[in-house]
Amino acid sequence: MKKPISKKQGASRRSFLAGSATGLSSVWLASQWPGILAAQEHAQKVARSGKPGKLGFFSEEQAAEVESVAAQIIPTDETPGAREAGCLYFIDRALTTFDREQQPVYTQGLETLQAKTRELVPNAGKFSGLTAAQQIQVLKAIETTPFFAQIRLHTITGFVANPEYGGNQDKIGWNLIGFESKFHYAAPFGYYDGQSELSAGTRKG
Amino acid sequence: MAKFKPNTQVDFVVIGSGIAGGIMAKELSTAGFQVVILEQGDYLHEKDFRYDQLKKTSTSSLLNDDVPTTFRQTDKEKAVHSTAFRYGRCVGGGTVHYSGSSWRHHESDFIERSIYGPVAGTGFADWPLTYAELEPYYTKVEWEIGYSGLGGVSPFESPRSKPYPLPPMPNKSSGVLMERAAQKLGYHAVPVPVAMLSQAYRGRSACIHCGFCSGYGCKVGAKSSSLASVIPIVEKSGRCELRTNSYVREISVDKNGRVTGAVYFDANKKEVFQRAKAVLLCANGLESPRLLLLSKSSLFPNGLANTNGVVGKYFMPGCGASAHGIFEHELNEYKSVTTTRGIEDFYNADPKRGYYGGGRIDARGNNGPITFALGGLPPDTPRWGSDYKKALKENFNRTLTIQAFCTALPQESNNITLDPDVKDAWGLAAMRVTYKDHPDDMKNKAFFRERALELVDAAGAIKKWADPVREEKAMGHTMGTCRMGNDPKTSVVDRFNRAHDIPNLFVVDGSSFVTTARNHPTCTISALAFRAADNIIRMSKNGSIKAPTDS
Ligand SMILES: Cc1cc2nc3c(=O)[nH]c(=O)nc-3n(C[C@H](O)[C@H](O)[C@H](O)COP(=O)(O)OP(=O)(O)OC[C@H]3O[C@@H](n4cnc5c(N)ncnc54)[C@H](O)[C@@H]3O)c2cc1C
Repeated sequence: MKKPISKKQGASRRSFLAGSATGLSSVWLASQWPGILAAQEHAQKVARSGKPGKLGFFSEEQAAEVESVAAQIIPTDETPGAREAGCLYFIDRALTTFDREQQPVYTQGLETLQAKTRELVPNAGKFSGLTAAQQIQVLKAIETTPFFAQIRLHTITGFVANPEYGGNQDKIGWNLIGFESKFHYAAPFGYYDGQSELSAGTRKG
Repeated sequence: MAKFKPNTQVDFVVIGSGIAGGIMAKELSTAGFQVVILEQGDYLHEKDFRYDQLKKTSTSSLLNDDVPTTFRQTDKEKAVHSTAFRYGRCVGGGTVHYSGSSWRHHESDFIERSIYGPVAGTGFADWPLTYAELEPYYTKVEWEIGYSGLGGVSPFESPRSKPYPLPPMPNKSSGVLMERAAQKLGYHAVPVPVAMLSQAYRGRSACIHCGFCSGYGCKVGAKSSSLASVIPIVEKSGRCELRTNSYVREISVDKNGRVTGAVYFDANKKEVFQRAKAVLLCANGLESPRLLLLSKSSLFPNGLANTNGVVGKYFMPGCGASAHGIFEHELNEYKSVTTTRGIEDFYNADPKRGYYGGGRIDARGNNGPITFALGGLPPDTPRWGSDYKKALKENFNRTLTIQAFCTALPQESNNITLDPDVKDAWGLAAMRVTYKDHPDDMKNKAFFRERALELVDAAGAIKKWADPVREEKAMGHTMGTCRMGNDPKTSVVDRFNRAHDIPNLFVVDGSSFVTTARNHPTCTISALAFRAADNIIRMSKNGSIKAPTDS
């Protein structure tokens, strides 16, 4: 079976050349890929750079609360977390675009949060004013509410969604998890790849 | 591209531009026939596809998410809205966003009823054709559509007349771990054949391993979708018109019981009737039966081609079971194709297990950052806070999934019907899916869950867990519903996909499957399409396709 395979490889080289001669074929696209991606990325950066984050749904006061909750879901430690990634802006945008129907969940949820804060921490003001330990205590008490489920979903999604949605700013989320976002790679892809018995195109025995 | 007037009687109307419709249109238009493809979706191009998991999961334009569909487990329940029955609603259909695992069926898949005997409560049956009859068309699929793989290494593979046109994809870490596990347990890891180009082929680009296969359109045309492989040939044939945003609501029939063409809503929701000598219905395992059921007439009061009441019945989805493991080093599974190694050691059913069922198992990784962050961590991981963050950071690239694709038995009570209460935006009855696993399917999933765990363990995982065995309530592999057979009393189409009831109507897609084999239906759907087209060309030449008499 070796022979037909090498014959085929010859054929595909010919079609590769034929393809690239016809101009804007997808063969051309692939060869230009890294450049195109770099250009896209640049455009996105420019689009982002004007922003000190304008809010469309939350008031300043609500925003501080939401940001504090998000920062407990993905905290800042030796690496940046939800706060630095801008998950607040992701959530705000989601609530004014593709997740509008979740607005009441936040409006009511923030009231529940306030009530729980007062209940558990005597003389407390806002949730955002609590210590980290107190915040965790309050969130544990509302962990099973629809509000917490929703803000968890949004915070985590925003943290690793494409940066243009407002969270994952400067690819903070992707960098943390090790997602390279080059969108074109060559083997070996991971640690174990080099150790394949049947590597591409070769036959054992 | 050719243009036809609706009142011109073309040779063929093809409903759906997925891989089945695309192959039919390509074969027929290049053989000299006039063809109109009616596709309800948009024409998306490579530039329209994006590396955007959020867009895919929440605001998809590739899929049928916005079309109401309802689901229930049994006919005792009221069906509720569901977005879990997914297919591609665009030019190219589901092959635009599919993962491209493209296995042939085995010889045994066509004769399982003869091998294992009847299974209680099911319509378990042999296919009315054999592997040997389909083999030349499998070869045609692999070469014309563009597959990468390595034949002759699996001890379980059925005979093939030609190798794959392209070598397999480079192995991924998940594949190497699968090889290790298989070796340890005495199984056989083999390269997964994929409808992806490992090298440039026929003017198309090779895969750039971006990793955005499952659920995404390919930005470089390296995925061998209908869109990238056959649609360009159809458009160049000069004999085929591809009409998008054309939603067929009825296949029309004359007083002699011959189909005369199709009525569709154009982009402005205006009704148009396209005349044709014959109609090829390639709308997939969900929409083909629905359209037949919608096409009621005085001759066919229960829906077209449904004299025996079998249309929509014996719906079979893809069943699955899975386990996961965390490894010491990075796998980086977000790169390249979905999976590169699988095992077929438990492919066949084994009466010793006390039930019918089998499966194929492959190794893969996580499904992108969002899905992983929300649900990919071990079940005992905290769901938020610093320990969650730590786990997310450490495990995104070190998690392996072993996924089994299992049999689903054909049961009459599992079906596609018209929802009596819910209508779509065009006023047509929504699709209602009724599905409940057979007890054997559940036992089989439990068996494969254990095999998956065993493989994760043998691969050397430092932590392992398995998903619970679940009843299927979501599916992407849609089979059955217009089953194929020799007996017009118990099947909808004959062995060449021609409706028993109507000589000039053909139904070609996953709906004609008699049994599920081991999922991944697309390679076989494609082979059936090439075979049906070959036969239609032969029949057209000898005049045995009976066009409507009033033409
Ligand atoms: C996430 C995902 C991953 C998958 N991965 C794999 C895989 O790895 N391997 C595999 O084998 N399979 C896979 N599948 C399944 C695969 O997508 C289908 O088997 C395949 O696309 C079916 O092809 P088809 O031509 O029969 O139907 P489709 O591709 O569904 O084509 C039918 C076409 O008809 C159109 N249509 C329907 N009704 C009408 C109407 N009334 N009027 C006009 N047009 C209409 C639709 O818009 C569509 O374009 C996957 C599916 C999903 C969802």
